[in-house]
Amino acid sequence: MNLDLKKLKLRSVNEKLQSIDRKTNSRKFTISNPEGNHAICAGLTENIEVTIKGHVGYYCAGMNQNANIIVDGNVGTGVAENMMSGKVHVKGNASQSAGATAHGGTLIVDGDTSSRCGISMKGIDIIVKGSVGHMSAFMAQSGNLVVFGNAGEALGDSLYETNIYVKGKVKSLGADCEEKKMDKKHKSKLKELLKKVGSNIKPDQFKRYGSARKLYNFNIDNVSNY
Amino acid sequence: MCGIVGIYLKSKKFEKSLGEMLSKMLVSMESRGPDSAGFAIYNSNKNKTYKYSICLNEMSFEKFKKEIKKKVKFSSIEKNSDHIILKSIEKPNKILPILESYEKLSLVGYGKSIEIFKQVGSPSNVVKKFNLDNFSGTHAIGHTRMATESAITTNGSHPYSTGEDECLVHNGSLSNHNNLRRILKKNGSKFNSENDTEVAAGYISDSLKNRNLKQTLKKGLSELDGFYTFIAGTHSGFAVLRDEIACKPAVIAETKDYVAICSEFQAMAHMPNVNNAKIFEPEPGIVYSWGK
Repeated sequence: MNLDLKKLKLRSVNEKLQSIDRKTNSRKFTISNPEGNHAICAGLTENIEVTIKGHVGYYCAGMNQNANIIVDGNVGTGVAENMMSGKVHVKGNASQSAGATAHGGTLIVDGDTSSRCGISMKGIDIIVKGSVGHMSAFMAQSGNLVVFGNAGEALGDSLYETNIYVKGKVKSLGADCEEKKMDKKHKSKLKELLKKVGSNIKPDQFKRYGSARKLYNFNIDNVSNY
Repeated sequence: MCGIVGIYLKSKKFEKSLGEMLSKMLVSMESRGPDSAGFAIYNSNKNKTYKYSICLNEMSFEKFKKEIKKKVKFSSIEKNSDHIILKSIEKPNKILPILESYEKLSLVGYGKSIEIFKQVGSPSNVVKKFNLDNFSGTHAIGHTRMATESAITTNGSHPYSTGEDECLVHNGSLSNHNNLRRILKKNGSKFNSENDTEVAAGYISDSLKNRNLKQTLKKGLSELDGFYTFIAGTHSGFAVLRDEIACKPAVIAETKDYVAICSEFQAMAHMPNVNNAKIFEPEPGIVYSWGK
């Protein structure tokens, strides 16, 4: 079913997609003429597939549960923010705070993301085929951030337990983030993540970054790092 | 919040519809700035005539026209709502003191190619009031304001013009504007409001005396403290700069015919062939410029 945002109101499109009957068989939708509107496909809960044809604005697919959302274009700030489960695939670039605070599911960005990608992420897997901007994975708590390109300044600042894998160059690491050894379990996890995007790149080509765990509790010896 | 927009035309194809395209952008950015709106529109002008953009405020047009006739030689005086464009070959150093002697008037800009219109009210009302749809030109910059640090007045609206054919729009806030204003005033700059952006505009004008726009904005990175995405216009084009933290958004679309910049993509969704444009966000701390 096609939903044309030139003819329908954003609110009615979102309401329709948010109230899919659990028993219904019709589970494929396209949205045309998004024209940079905000909050498209926010709050979906059912296992449906939605393809958005064009560029969208802020908070696209926010709070997503179960749905598979494909954006054939660029997205603005906060795509898939606070996602719980499901999959969001952006074929263009994403703006800042992609996947912010998300608890689960997978976010795939074919292009680049700007700053603060995966800020405060809590369990989501984010795979960026391009590069990420500054302060990505800031205060990231859990989950995985995979970057095929480069990372900007202060990667993983004040990091908790998210694993960050970067294939390209890292401009600088943030406070309490350090390069870590790639163990067998990390390699197999990364392989699994790369499989999700159909990539044949060897996990060995990535470097792993994680928390040095020095800033978890206040310690006077680390005062200059706070 | 605030919304900023700009269009630079690479080809002549869209010159006639520049006003209409900018108008749609401003209306779309009403959600980011409902308090006031303004725009600067540039039209190349090969003769030596200066255009003085003046807001009448409470002054009567007839009265002003009668009085100014005795003081200044001018080729035309056109009224557009509560603004007037005075065209004269007289140089700014002669005209500006005369205009400044009218306390009720606000000089909103001057130059050989720039015209500026700005007023309080919703962007949709402001663009209607000045008939922006009918304007043509080579490049244009606009702003919708959500007022934060100073009052909602004409003088508190953007764009700010503090030099010939110069203007600035700003999304963000500066924290060292009081100190900078003091320094700039000492060096002879004049300010008409308590607004932070006016200080940034004055800073740019002052620096342009010894540098080009790109060098000026680069220097600004270390001397302007705060959050900002700036679009700075000159007679030949415009430049864009975001501070290094880059909290304030901007997206640029470039085609072979134009460059468009907006706070949000939705403001440029109506631009011709935009879905095939090269779309990117300006990187923090890097000056982007377009011009002839």
